Amino acid sequence: MAAPLLRIDNLTVRFPNTEPVSRLSFEVGEGETLAIVGESGSGKSLTALALMQLLPRSAKIPNGRIEFAGKDLLGLDQKAMRNLRGREIAMIFQEPMTSLNPVLTIGRQITEVLTLHEGIRGKAARSRAIELLNLVRIPDPQRRIDDYPHQLSGGMRQRVMIAIAVACRPRLLIADEPTTALDVTIQAQVLDLLDTLRRELSMAVVLITHDLGVVAQWADKVVVMYAGRKVEQALPDALFRTPLHPYTRGLLAASPRLKTNLHYRDARLTEIPGSIVSAAGEKGCPFRPRCTVARDSCAHFVPALVEVSEDRLVACPYSFIPEVAHGAALGL
Amino acid sequence: MALLSVSDLSTHFHAQGGTLRAVDGVSLEVGRGETVGLVGESGCGKSTLGKTIMRLVDPTSGRIEFNGTDITVLDARRLKAARRNIQMIFQDPFASLNPRHMIGDILTAPLKVHGIGNKAERRKIVEDIVQRVGLPGDALGRYPHEFSGGQRQRIGIARALILNPELVVCDEPVSALDLSIQAQILNLLVDMKRQLGLSYLFISHDLSVVRYFADRVLVMYLGRIVESADNATLWTSPQHPYTRALMDAVPDPARRRQAAPIYGDLPSPQNIPNGCRFHTRCPLATDLCRSQEPAFRAISPGHHVACHYAEPTLN
Repeated sequence: MAAPLLRIDNLTVRFPNTEPVSRLSFEVGEGETLAIVGESGSGKSLTALALMQLLPRSAKIPNGRIEFAGKDLLGLDQKAMRNLRGREIAMIFQEPMTSLNPVLTIGRQITEVLTLHEGIRGKAARSRAIELLNLVRIPDPQRRIDDYPHQLSGGMRQRVMIAIAVACRPRLLIADEPTTALDVTIQAQVLDLLDTLRRELSMAVVLITHDLGVVAQWADKVVVMYAGRKVEQALPDALFRTPLHPYTRGLLAASPRLKTNLHYRDARLTEIPGSIVSAAGEKGCPFRPRCTVARDSCAHFVPALVEVSEDRLVACPYSFIPEVAHGAALGL
Repeated sequence: MALLSVSDLSTHFHAQGGTLRAVDGVSLEVGRGETVGLVGESGCGKSTLGKTIMRLVDPTSGRIEFNGTDITVLDARRLKAARRNIQMIFQDPFASLNPRHMIGDILTAPLKVHGIGNKAERRKIVEDIVQRVGLPGDALGRYPHEFSGGQRQRIGIARALILNPELVVCDEPVSALDLSIQAQILNLLVDMKRQLGLSYLFISHDLSVVRYFADRVLVMYLGRIVESADNATLWTSPQHPYTRALMDAVPDPARRRQAAPIYGDLPSPQNIPNGCRFHTRCPLATDLCRSQEPAFRAISPGHHVACHYAEPTLN
């Protein structure tokens, strides 16, 4: 098998008082979409920033390795990293309004990237920018190129962000909650666009999201994070059919779905009690304080990730016990 | 008689570039003990509708009746009295609590405003509601920043319920919360409804949540209700192409990488399309749709649709 495009190995991100990412490992193959799913505080966004080496100054990476196309990113100097960012690895963020510069036209913001990374200027840059706006399906790009961000809708702004991100045909795109601020109809359009570009540009995508529906529909592989750790990894089908970790099972049980007949008059939603804050300072399994199947031993050690089948990892020693797998956490 | 009855309500704003018709002729009812879900995209006017019903924004025309009283025309004093029975829960639990006030003060304020009880009685009411919504007993002496998002939303709910209202307008009450917390808050809202006999107008962009939570659903598009039906009917036989598009846009594990159901953005409420207001994005639009606005008509008992091509639902 070919080497993966991106390999994160045993990565830890540490701030003076906390460790928001602990011993995280995963791989992304060429042209693959990997979804990282978790709630606020799970460390998913900091993982992305670590990858881009855009962590705040107070953050340290005491151990771990980030390997992209065979290069060790943590060993690169600032200049080499700047060259890579935007050219080979690009990123889009949740809120397109705050990530775009409000006082520059969108055309200027796209050509800036082309000039910086590819030395394209003037008319050539402008016509390439129009091509890019066309690529991200912005109607009437010749006119829109001179618009300022505030003249565009939220969906259009996210398309502009995507145009900037793919301007240099990166091999990896990191999308951090790219559709969270958008309506479902617009979300469907943007995810459809991202996937089309992934195919056309043979680009790998790391999709960071809290939305399980998005994961199910668009990911090739899923990593579930909780309090800085990977608790489960699976192919989407398997994850939704037989979630193993009590947290994953809890999440799936807690989400109301359009296709089920669950109604408040007949049934309560299954809650995950407490909040992620309870993981702070936990010596054992970070999910223990909220887990419905926790045992005494869970307080003493952090469960290891175990490969239970091909493409399937889970960090809970009790998730294979049949009565646990089919029972408690689902409230059945 | 319905608890809340809104007829032909419009809220227009005068802005640069012309009149913005945020709410443009809406009629709806919320019955006693009923939960009515109001869904639509951002910019469709659903929050403005909620605020107009609360009389936080003045309507341009139309009528809002609560318990048979026309509250569109009340003076300030009588409006205050009416508000005791209509309360609101907001989306952002961070922005809707004053960071300088302790929880005890936040919860006591409505009681003071309405002159309820003496100091000791107020204290008892506050302690009771804090316990009901599942906040820790020591919450009263603490400030909002000391609580997580889910806990803050519990505080917002406690504040809305402390006057024992009949109707609560919930404006996206779980949208800002993590999935694992959403279920806790939805369950709490159901418990409160059962214990206190509340009626809800539940505004949300999240169809899955409305699917679970509403007895009846209204779908809003560009200032108008385009479809209304009871919960079961709407999800099993949606008739308006917009309702169908909204439902198809919700990611579904069973359909991998499927194309977006509709293209384009919501048109500006300052420039509402002629004819059917959805025709610019409708995959089925005809010349009739481009020229003539469809009436909001009953196609079966309790099921109303504003589409020329809607067909009666079979039960």
